[in-house]
Amino acid sequence: MTLDTEVAPVAPPPPRLQATVHTEEAAATPARPPKLTARAFDLFYGAVHALKKVTLAIPPDSVTAIIGPSGCGKSTLLRSFNRMNDLIRGVRTSGRITLDGEDILGPTDVVTLRRRVGMVFQRPNPFPMSIFDNVAFGLRLLGVRDRGELEGRVELSLRRAALWDEVKDRLEVGALQLSGGQQQRLCIARGLAVEPEVLLMDEPASALDPTATARIEELVLALKSSYTIVVVTHNMQQAARISDRTAFMLSGELIEYGETSRIFTSPRQKLTEDYITGRFG
Amino acid sequence: MTPRVPEPFPRIRFGGVSRTRRVTDAVVLGGCRVAAWLTLVPLGLVLWHLVDKGRHALTVGFFVHNPKPVGEPGGGMANAIVGTFVLLGIAAAIAVPVGVAAGVYLAEYGRNRFATTVRYVADVLSGVPSIVVGVVAYGLVVIPMGRFSAFAGGVSLAILMLPTIVRSTEEMVLLVPRSYREGALALGAPEWRVTQQVVLPAAAAGITTSCMLALARAAGETAPLLFTALGNRFWSVALDRPIGSLPVLIFDYARSPYEDWNRQAWTGALVLLILIALMSAALRYTTRRIR
Repeated sequence: MTLDTEVAPVAPPPPRLQATVHTEEAAATPARPPKLTARAFDLFYGAVHALKKVTLAIPPDSVTAIIGPSGCGKSTLLRSFNRMNDLIRGVRTSGRITLDGEDILGPTDVVTLRRRVGMVFQRPNPFPMSIFDNVAFGLRLLGVRDRGELEGRVELSLRRAALWDEVKDRLEVGALQLSGGQQQRLCIARGLAVEPEVLLMDEPASALDPTATARIEELVLALKSSYTIVVVTHNMQQAARISDRTAFMLSGELIEYGETSRIFTSPRQKLTEDYITGRFG
Repeated sequence: MTPRVPEPFPRIRFGGVSRTRRVTDAVVLGGCRVAAWLTLVPLGLVLWHLVDKGRHALTVGFFVHNPKPVGEPGGGMANAIVGTFVLLGIAAAIAVPVGVAAGVYLAEYGRNRFATTVRYVADVLSGVPSIVVGVVAYGLVVIPMGRFSAFAGGVSLAILMLPTIVRSTEEMVLLVPRSYREGALALGAPEWRVTQQVVLPAAAAGITTSCMLALARAAGETAPLLFTALGNRFWSVALDRPIGSLPVLIFDYARSPYEDWNRQAWTGALVLLILIALMSAALRYTTRRIR
């Protein structure tokens, strides 16, 4: 299969005519090296070949969406970027994944890697402790003990996650009292508190109602100026709304990867077209 | 050939459920109800008997006086009540840290042969008769120390509590959602900190419950204390001396030929039951607050 962007890591496609939002991004991208790359990346769960020779490059300070039907490997790929798959027994990988050009699959310090590459999960998973302690959790791991500094950083993180105004008067309340959408923004704040460079989001809005979903989407757009964001989503409209680039996966293979506007308007692969027009999946 | 339209099913007469079905239903339901009542009978009998026979000697003096010699009126079980708490304290101090730590190990790292062995041994241990545990503690503690002691009694109770605490801690830790662990790991937490700061607090309520349950069971044990704490008719809280306890004193008094002592044995049993009930009530209250 000829992949649209097999070569993209080295030479991104020239900017082409497209929707206004993306013009600046496309113009800015070529100058900067990719933040994250996967090269001929294979992953096996025991005998199951879950990812097949996946190659893609994710530019910094942008939103990249990974779409595809259930079981296509999009979450697996996402979880490879911070080695969360290490937790699953019987996982083998080959190929390369790099962060800022450095291989992360080898004897990397996984703890440091995960501090640089934060993650938000499908179901909001705040810890059963207070709102404050949730956000401060990662900071305390890093050894921040000073109450004043903790308070300042917790507030900043909650503001960035657009949750501050809703919780500022009840930071000591248990996090499980919040609504689902608030819990998810809390998880984002918790991730942001340790100042990651990349934020991985695994269907961050699929367990939320439309209003909460809209807030998460706004948040993603606001955050992309300072973070590299990779979002796995089932929802193609969501991918179209929030992402700069889109990757389409099917049965463990990366079928097509490129500018979101191009993927959704003139896909080059028949499979991509069939999927986004709702013919399967 | 034109496709054949299937014949419609014959209409069911909804005249009501058949007689046999109604009878079966009534019999089975009635049987279950009787069984449920039957489980209440022993508890009711125990309570009724204890209150009936124990109330006569239930006075303030029972709680503040030590046993008196035969023939002397009055006398209570103050030393035995305190002794029971001392023994439980020693047992908890040993069994809770060891049991909780082992349970966490089994849950978090327990996919190896060693863990399987530990699990199996814990299950076997929970089936060992308590009198055997008493004999073992006698050999392990009493003989080397050269005398019966509160400490030896505490050790024997701790051995009895251990399997319950280990196995239920493991279950409670396994109940902590995987998503908590993933969330903490994704923040760059090393595994031991995930266990310490996320998993254990989340499982705390359940672990407390199981520890209290084990403690309540240990509170009523008599057999292992006969070879270890021995019993003591006098006030003593020294850990290296024999110590009185409610079960042992009840045992002694119930076997004695003196009517007065028999009466006090009933009262002792009533007090023991009340203490255990109070402990369970306190436990329910505290765990609700933790949540």
